[in-house]
Amino acid sequence: MRFYRAHVLVCAGTNCSLKGNRAVREALIREIEGKGLGEEVKVIETGCFGLCEQGPTIVIYPEGVLYCRATVEDVPELVDSHLLKGRRVERLLYREPTRPVAVQTVPELDYFKKQVRVVLRNCGIIDPDSIEEYIGQGGYTALAKALAMKPEEVIAQVKASGLRGRGGAGFPTGLKWEFGRKAPGGVKYVVCNADEGEPGTFKDRLILEGDPHAVLEAMAIAGWAIGANYGYIYIRGEYQLSIQRLERAIEQARRLGLLGQNIFNSGFNFDVEVRIGAGAYVCGEETALFESLEGKRGEPRIKPPYPTDVGLFGKPTVINNVETLANIPPIITRGAEWFRTLGTEKCPGTKVFTLTGDIVNEGLIEVPMGITLREVVYEIGGGIPNGHKFKMAQTGGTSGGCLPEALLDVPMDYDQLAAAGSALGSGALLIMDDTHCIVDVARCFARFFLHESCGQCIPCREGTLQLYHLVDGITRGTGTRQDLELIERLSRTMYVAPLCPLGQTAPLPIMTTLKYFKDEYLAHVDSRVCPTGTCRALATGHAAD
Amino acid sequence: MAVALDKLSPDLREQRLREVEAAVARHRDKPGALLAVLKEVQGILGYLPEEALKKVSQGLELPLSQVYGVATFYTLFNTRPRGQHIIRLCESAPCHVQGAREVLEALKRELGIGPGEDTPDGKWSLELVSCIGVCGVAPAIMIDDQVYGNLTPDCIPGILASYR
Ligand SMILES: Cc1cc2nc3c(=O)[nH]c(=O)nc-3n(C[C@H](O)[C@H](O)[C@H](O)COP(=O)(O)O)c2cc1C
Ligand code: FES
Repeated sequence: MRFYRAHVLVCAGTNCSLKGNRAVREALIREIEGKGLGEEVKVIETGCFGLCEQGPTIVIYPEGVLYCRATVEDVPELVDSHLLKGRRVERLLYREPTRPVAVQTVPELDYFKKQVRVVLRNCGIIDPDSIEEYIGQGGYTALAKALAMKPEEVIAQVKASGLRGRGGAGFPTGLKWEFGRKAPGGVKYVVCNADEGEPGTFKDRLILEGDPHAVLEAMAIAGWAIGANYGYIYIRGEYQLSIQRLERAIEQARRLGLLGQNIFNSGFNFDVEVRIGAGAYVCGEETALFESLEGKRGEPRIKPPYPTDVGLFGKPTVINNVETLANIPPIITRGAEWFRTLGTEKCPGTKVFTLTGDIVNEGLIEVPMGITLREVVYEIGGGIPNGHKFKMAQTGGTSGGCLPEALLDVPMDYDQLAAAGSALGSGALLIMDDTHCIVDVARCFARFFLHESCGQCIPCREGTLQLYHLVDGITRGTGTRQDLELIERLSRTMYVAPLCPLGQTAPLPIMTTLKYFKDEYLAHVDSRVCPTGTCRALATGHAAD
Repeated sequence: MAVALDKLSPDLREQRLREVEAAVARHRDKPGALLAVLKEVQGILGYLPEEALKKVSQGLELPLSQVYGVATFYTLFNTRPRGQHIIRLCESAPCHVQGAREVLEALKRELGIGPGEDTPDGKWSLELVSCIGVCGVAPAIMIDDQVYGNLTPDCIPGILASYR
């Protein structure tokens, strides 16, 4: 093994790929070779650091200096100044909006200070295409350890950790595994849900792009725990880079005997197959996902029976989200006690959030459960750009609720956000400033559900249509107070009548906007005024008081 | 534009249909392979015509109604020929609040078509879709497999020109 004086890490996530990271990486290699530094400095492609808005990002170790928005033209200066002369290139350092000077190494950043990286432990640090680097970071030791334990002990460990499903519902993972183990039957399956369709969510993609082996290792552990020998990863077709990285990772793991027959001489066999979706949000719902995997329309099944009894191909199946699985290896190696030191009592561990909308640091963060929205928006997220004011935050993606400024201090975990009338969901956070119209975004939410309803049950198919027309009418200046009442009545029916949670949550985001921003709705229906000027059919300006 | 199957020369048509049969045969033994087969068939023909769906139905021994039902359920499948390049614009909330509406207007202006339509020269199709998972660089579009993010209306002519 060769030792290098410095490592230059270039983000190769999709978001940075959009900003010319490849050209920058190639220019770096050329320049480094040209300066005769090829023996001393190594350039590595890594997964996402999270600062997508600032891409392409480059980190130079050992110091951990973070450079942002670097272009091919900047490369000669970077190499000459930083790598040859040891001087940082000031103008490319990441600048925190709250600080006038740019002194930015990774550990110093406000952006990273409150973050704890458990799920993202390897993202941006290792080369995701190298199983050796994953193993070098302790990868696959959790699998070795698990295979030396009894399946029941593995399940007990996961139960004790208090880990809850990160796909949105927050169901206790250990309990799910126990149901899977106890279900009678010779053939069982492990399924990884990588369909990630909730608007504003892109964490699973970045985990898979940055650390694909973590998910494979966890699936094998789950297989051992419940007694399954085969796993499927159902991933959406748009995630090309993740699919490639997964396929490569599976090949590498098979070659080293970490997937396949008789893993670690334990007699345990486990293999994984990637299956690709074809575009339908509802397929993220677990039973719809099974239908799709079986080659059918992705229409949710009636529960019970639950997947752990009758799942994929009618067999007992444990289905977990990508992020849930990525938590498993550290829980096995470091123990349940350690895991419980993070997060809240009812929701231990960390949560990966994706920040979108009107916020300075759009991107990906990982923080302990229970952090407040205010800390995320203002300390990690860098606040609202362009001197505008915070208006609302929607937690949990389009299926979650909208919270006004007064609720910025609510601690974020499954139970406390639910108590506040919203949801933690997938961890998507949409921040909106005061230039946006609340009715206009509500219309956007309604359109999403109308578009994504699978059409199987009538309350959802017709309910989402009516909901859309009611909200749309308000943005077009034809809404009345009676329509507002109708929205509320329709919502009460939709909370209970549809067959699956897609229809049952469709009214939630709209009802929260109506609850917290009623005046803005009234301006639209009473005075035909859109205070922000977004709805073009209405007058702009402030409603007469 | 994907050429309609009945507009191909008889030889080419036969050849394509044989490729379809081969794709079906390759997947026959895999449980639940219908989506993967349809994806390959669409790769061969550019869309999923009735004749190809019949071949899939026979080859996999599935009712034609199931094959057709699946082909029309998922947004990435097309049962009619579409433009040579399909532009998918994300209309979900994170892209919406970052200016997707203005990007859509620029696309409509440049292409002269609206969502769900194809340009008369068969070059472009325009679709509105839900989140494509690149919200960190909203607003975003996909052209075929390629993603473009952080868009403003000014970006559109240049991006379209790069496909000429
Ligand atoms: C409409 C709908 C969409 C969903 N989409 C996803 C998704 O994209 N990814 C995911 O992991 N879970 C999704 N879920 C949740 C899954 O049904 C299921 O709860 C989850 O995969 C279980 O894994 P976990 O316990 O690890 O969270 C969705 C649920 C519903 C109702
Ligand atoms: S919201 Fe547009 S890509 Fe996610």
